[in-house]
Amino acid sequence: MNRLLPHPGLTALLVIIWMLALNAFSFGGFVVALVLGIAVPLFTAPFWPDRPKMRFGLPLAKYVLLVTWDIVIANFQIAWIILFRKSRDLRPAWLVIPLDLTSTEAITMLAGTISLTPGTVSSDISTDGEYLLVHALDTADPEGEIARIKQRYERRLMEIFP
Amino acid sequence: MMEQALDILIAALIVLGGSFALIGSWGLARLPGLMARLHGPTKATTLGVGGCLIASMLYFPAKGMDFSVHELLVTLFLFITAPISANMVAKAYLHERKVAEGRKCDPAADAVAGRMPLPEASSATCDWATFGAPEASKPDTL
Repeated sequence: MNRLLPHPGLTALLVIIWMLALNAFSFGGFVVALVLGIAVPLFTAPFWPDRPKMRFGLPLAKYVLLVTWDIVIANFQIAWIILFRKSRDLRPAWLVIPLDLTSTEAITMLAGTISLTPGTVSSDISTDGEYLLVHALDTADPEGEIARIKQRYERRLMEIFP
Repeated sequence: MMEQALDILIAALIVLGGSFALIGSWGLARLPGLMARLHGPTKATTLGVGGCLIASMLYFPAKGMDFSVHELLVTLFLFITAPISANMVAKAYLHERKVAEGRKCDPAADAVAGRMPLPEASSATCDWATFGAPEASKPDTL
């Protein structure tokens, strides 16, 4: 079982994406999706020797909803800044976020979340993987912003990636 | 009546999406400095595309055509690619600064965002991955 399906999550994801791309259910399409879903993880297995430890459950669903909501809010905030704030009034800053997360998948998800949500873009990670360099467009309180990101996103990601 | 309300909703979503796409592009043109410009396209445009996609998902069933799920895929790919392209631009910017100023522990003041911090002020071996030597990084975290 493990040798045929080294990454069940990846297999499921590929099948779902293939079926969505077909846009209509057909048995033939499902068979092709299954073949791809089994073949692609087998051939790419050397790239990811370990299975990511990830919980697909309520915390993940809550996290997705929270981030979607934050993206909508972020859009209005950024639109407001673009339209009505003078350039010289902006207070951009570099933030250095110390990471408590260790798995690469979790850090990737945190960096992606930071890029999509209010006024922050993740720019780089330190060579030892323990700090994230983030650019903030307009912040009055860099320390508070770091604490907010850690509290709001990282704490929730710790539950998803134990 | 019902159909008219749906039409108004779809039109409103398209106008909202279009406005956000326009504001995002305006931000790209207007904000000062490369790092600030990055914020416009990564944020405002997501809702711009999102509004148009939701309108599209409502329009086809409302007009008696098949329900389409391609919009969900577009959303997924957009959420995956937007942060990555922003990250690539940011990394290119960091490289440019290194070439222009020569990166030491105290790079010259940046007109846009102040000087760029190091991960740890006291550490000589630890740097951002853009500048760091590959062998300095832990293989198990990459």
